[in-house]
Amino acid sequence: MVDMASSATGDLNLRNITKSFGDFVAVDDLTLTIPKGSFFALLGPSGCGKTTTLRMIAGLEEPTSGSISIGESDITHTKPYKRPVNTVFQNYALFPHLTIFENVAFGLRRRGQKDVKDAVEKVLSLVELGHLKDRKPGQLSGGQQQRIAVARAIVNRPALLLLDEPLGALDLKLRRQMQIELKWIQTEVGITFVHVTHDQEEAMTMADTIAVMNKGRIEQMGSPVELYENPETVFVANFLGQSNLIEGHVQSDSGAETSVDVHGSRILLPSSRNRGKEQKVLVGVRPEKINIHTSSTSAGKNALEGGVVTDISFVGVSTQYQVEMPWKQEIMVFEQNDGGAPNIRKGDRVTLTWEPHFTFALSPES
Amino acid sequence: MREVSRWFSRNLIRIYAALAFIYLFIPVAYTMAFSFNDSGKRNLIWQGFTLKNWANPCGAPEVCTALGNSLKIGVISTLIATILGTMIAFALGRYNFRGRSSTNLIIFLPMATPEIVLGASLLAMFLNLGINPGFWPTVIAHIMFCISFVVVTVKARVASLDPKLEEAARDLYANEYQTFRRVTFPLVLPGIAAAALLAFSLSFDDFIITNFNSGTVTTFPKFVWISSARGVPAQANVIGSAMFLIALIIVVAGQFAGNARAKRNR
Repeated sequence: MVDMASSATGDLNLRNITKSFGDFVAVDDLTLTIPKGSFFALLGPSGCGKTTTLRMIAGLEEPTSGSISIGESDITHTKPYKRPVNTVFQNYALFPHLTIFENVAFGLRRRGQKDVKDAVEKVLSLVELGHLKDRKPGQLSGGQQQRIAVARAIVNRPALLLLDEPLGALDLKLRRQMQIELKWIQTEVGITFVHVTHDQEEAMTMADTIAVMNKGRIEQMGSPVELYENPETVFVANFLGQSNLIEGHVQSDSGAETSVDVHGSRILLPSSRNRGKEQKVLVGVRPEKINIHTSSTSAGKNALEGGVVTDISFVGVSTQYQVEMPWKQEIMVFEQNDGGAPNIRKGDRVTLTWEPHFTFALSPES
Repeated sequence: MREVSRWFSRNLIRIYAALAFIYLFIPVAYTMAFSFNDSGKRNLIWQGFTLKNWANPCGAPEVCTALGNSLKIGVISTLIATILGTMIAFALGRYNFRGRSSTNLIIFLPMATPEIVLGASLLAMFLNLGINPGFWPTVIAHIMFCISFVVVTVKARVASLDPKLEEAARDLYANEYQTFRRVTFPLVLPGIAAAALLAFSLSFDDFIITNFNSGTVTTFPKFVWISSARGVPAQANVIGSAMFLIALIIVVAGQFAGNARAKRNR
């Protein structure tokens, strides 16, 4: 729709970045490459260092050590106003004393562009708010302010657009809508988007690649599907969706298939999905991958017997069961409400089964 | 009887408000009324209505010279106090430095010190330095006590300014100067303007400190004080009333302009 060929000069490279505030290490020896043109998410709980990382890329903080570069040019110590990087701030930070038009034109004017009208109107029509250009930010709704914040940044055609929890202040319905819209804008303008969020659903919906951060380090990086289906650490398994993690001991490893003893049951998984380093591992399986049975027929599948249903909650698309195992651990099971699920009541003895290739194993220390 | 007491209890707040306003405005009304008094030398007893005081506000000897001095001192000290005070406010509101909290405390001292003490000490200081009381010592004294009020007013505005806005400006290619010029300053400006108005009215109104340090220079408050011994001329009432009316008009006009803008933008 709008010609906004990216002026990107290449991939963003963070090399051994560390940032400490006094004794506190916010970002710990972080190395990361974000490919040009991608929609990249930094996902993690509050205080994990994701916002600090973003601020260092923007130039609002200086790393204690390490280097940042875009393509060939090193920008580690470049002033924020000299970087081809723009930010959509958490609470938008629109200038309250300027009109919407002047807010959007701000970056262009500072770079000495004389005729800003065309560019500003183009980008305002991209976010479908051209009719509001004479208003002040205070007169706009949260969703409109959000779009203006995006417009104000992308009008400058930066190599990199940074989004700091951009949807945090919006209600759920608007957030869903903006997720789709942001993704569309990114495809439209072809700028690299680096998106910081603590909302795993938001990251999974929008990003091509997600880096999960914890305590200043990257736990795991990959596509949303990779992270969800094949988590490498306990933190990732629990932060993205829910996981059942059960202690077990590796019995044998054929190179293709690993066998694990889990409280007396033999659980199989592809050896490539075993991230454990020692004999003791945590066997993981997602709740929706598990089937629940009142009989004990389980040919060719992983099975755990002797569970007792302690809680059932019906949530529309699925029914969620909480099953207490003989070793007193609660296992979550989600069954689709597609008519195939057996009629199970609280207190019933059940067997849980799932396919070996849905199983993963993690190192307990991770 | 019941009816009356019910009416009374229902309108109690209105009655109270009316009484409070009457109490506040009687002196102003009195001053205004006596600006129309056809007085001779002593403007104490009502002699009859006239417009001649308003037609010739400089009619009484010295009154406009005094007014001119007050305006000059007011404008100069407001200008300098506002600039210096704003700079101090930014330093205290934005930066951490050694002695920040003690500076904060010292800034409040001139506001807490009795004016009579300040005035007397300043005079002693000027005399010790070999500076004779007069116009410039008065200006320096006024700058000194105005700065505190400017700092307090501007600092409140600086504190309420979201630092994210300045970060956004820097992110959008504005260097340090442009960030200040385009974002910080326009947003703090209402606070600076309020501080300047406050400083001017404090300077214009000051009598005690001025009386110690102005020597032979007569300001408007000093003129009123001196002439009260032999009778304040009605022209003083004219100038006082005019000042009040001008201030009132500015406030009302500001309100209207604000309302009109809000309506237009809706």
